[in-house]
Amino acid sequence: MRVLRACREMGIAAVVVYSDVDRAALHVRKSDEAYPIGPAPAAESYLRIDKILDVAKRSGAEAIHPGYGFLSENAKFAQACADAGVKFIGPTPHSMNLMGSKTSARQQMEKAGVPFVPGTSRGLASPEEGEEVAERIGYPVMLKAAAGGGGKGMRLVHTRRELRSALESAQSEAQRSFGDSEVYIEKAIVNPRHIEMQVLADEHGNTVWLGERECSIQRRHQKVLEEAPSPIVDPDMRRRMGEVAVKVAQAANYTNAGTVEFLVDQQKNFYFLEMNTRLQVEHPVTELTTGLDLVHLQIRIAAGEKLPFAQSDIAIRGHAIECRIYAEDPDNNYFPSPGKITVLLQPSGPGIRRDSGMYEGWNVPMDYDPLLAKLIGYATDREQAILRLDRALYEYFVAGIKTNISLFRRILRDGDFRAGRLDTGYLDRLLAKSKAGSGSDMPSGEKEELEAIAAIAAGMFAVLDPASPGPKNGNSGGEPAIVPSRWKQNGRSEGLR
Amino acid sequence: MIYEILVGGETGGKESGKPHRLELRKSAAGWECRLDGRVVRVDAVIPRRDVLSLLVDGHSYEIKREQTATDLHMWVGSARFAVQLRDPRSLRSRQLAGGEEKGPRKILAPMPGRVVRILVAEGSEVEAGQGIVVVEAMKMQNEIKSPKKGVVKKISAIPGATVNPGDVLAIVE
Repeated sequence: MRVLRACREMGIAAVVVYSDVDRAALHVRKSDEAYPIGPAPAAESYLRIDKILDVAKRSGAEAIHPGYGFLSENAKFAQACADAGVKFIGPTPHSMNLMGSKTSARQQMEKAGVPFVPGTSRGLASPEEGEEVAERIGYPVMLKAAAGGGGKGMRLVHTRRELRSALESAQSEAQRSFGDSEVYIEKAIVNPRHIEMQVLADEHGNTVWLGERECSIQRRHQKVLEEAPSPIVDPDMRRRMGEVAVKVAQAANYTNAGTVEFLVDQQKNFYFLEMNTRLQVEHPVTELTTGLDLVHLQIRIAAGEKLPFAQSDIAIRGHAIECRIYAEDPDNNYFPSPGKITVLLQPSGPGIRRDSGMYEGWNVPMDYDPLLAKLIGYATDREQAILRLDRALYEYFVAGIKTNISLFRRILRDGDFRAGRLDTGYLDRLLAKSKAGSGSDMPSGEKEELEAIAAIAAGMFAVLDPASPGPKNGNSGGEPAIVPSRWKQNGRSEGLR
Repeated sequence: MIYEILVGGETGGKESGKPHRLELRKSAAGWECRLDGRVVRVDAVIPRRDVLSLLVDGHSYEIKREQTATDLHMWVGSARFAVQLRDPRSLRSRQLAGGEEKGPRKILAPMPGRVVRILVAEGSEVEAGQGIVVVEAMKMQNEIKSPKKGVVKKISAIPGATVNPGDVLAIVE
């Protein structure tokens, strides 16, 4: 949808592809042309380079924007596009390959003088080498798969005693997950922050940085809430990080939009982590604080245009915070919650941007990432952005499926978050603090009053709303919204495999 | 209209809930509500399906109703309450109310998913809250429990089969 909107704004006709379960998805409904590319599993549809290029050929598409997921960081796809004479809106396959392997990226970046977490820049040859390096850089250390991502093949090791078996299991996990058992070692940064820098490079050698995003609020290595600027980065640190990020991009001959990720320790030292060779989900916070449209710029860069501004023209203004609204059940350990959206009330008003793929009556497919929408609050400063976002979350209501909306209200009201005391362990600590629902801290008088209102409301609904379910007991048929056949078909084909 | 209403806790309504008695009478200026003997005047408007605007003594509340195959929830602001509603004069309600303890109860699938396994055999005795069927949705396994103590009369769930919300998994009598 994000890319589709930019295309419409720029007067470009947009062709989309979809899998069987996405026929009714918003991006298909709002496109100019749409073509099916196969069944629900991504491996048979959205990851099929041949099918996608076939659609490009049939429709006469000149360029492909790969979005944020699926093939967006796949160098083979970028190469296949080039071979087919279709412009890939992103970096070259060469840059993607270089950044795709963590060890090759590290070797290249070390040559360019980019700061790294102390460790090895190539895979460990033996457990003895691992022990020797760990002694030198000091425990705790982190073992990481060279081809890795998403926490797979990663092990935290506190003492020499644990190292050998941790290395073996990391290697076998890396082999199973990525078909490559190369594992390297790094000093583990205690309670790090995850801060990333947006860069933009045209195809004429101009590269700029657009400010950082604080992405420390994560769970299971998934970002949950991002903001720009970071509460701890001052103009001097921002400039230093930006300059390193530009150096990284230039060392890789990088073009188009990219993100350089850093780990930041408690002394505000920052270390290069990796480069994401695509537009990121959280790009809106950068758009709001720079006033730029990154997708427009991506398309213009891909069309061969020069960047229309220089580094000195870029100013960071105001504050933006993004909440990733997921179809997850807060009462069930944030597990995905599929189903049909029966009621949807969406927020709007000052300082609110909502990039959403959901609508009332839509079935959230169970096959893909459960991201439903991004709600972004922006304002003059961080405090006002928090207040606006909290207000907008209060207006947001989704029924039929479970969402993590209540989690964001907890985060925004949390003292540590308000004070900007964040690191990658923040969210797990917050969730451990109180397992109870959001209302458990409510004074009992107020709770009783709301309970009375709930009781009156139940009666009023029964009298006034014709869709009323009436007396509640599993026996009375008719009232549950029976999920339409798409679920069923998908379920059936799943069952048959 | 007279209703018996059980209002449960906010988190999933596992608690049995507090019983309330609600009488609603239409008056010239809205509705007269008698909640557990206390009289309140309310003005009620349904601006759209599943949304209710209530004015109580000048206080404004927007209440959202969420219905799933197995539950009914009222959202007052961002607080969620599990609610069960009964009309004591309705014959069906009386039967159903009786059915809480006697009579057969159907166990329904609360979400779309796949039946992973059956935990009890037909004809076996089960306690209230005992797991009957395991349903998997999005790689997460959920134990679907018996709503009452009784005998498993029928198991209609088949391991490996997909189910939709509201599908009958088993019957306990």
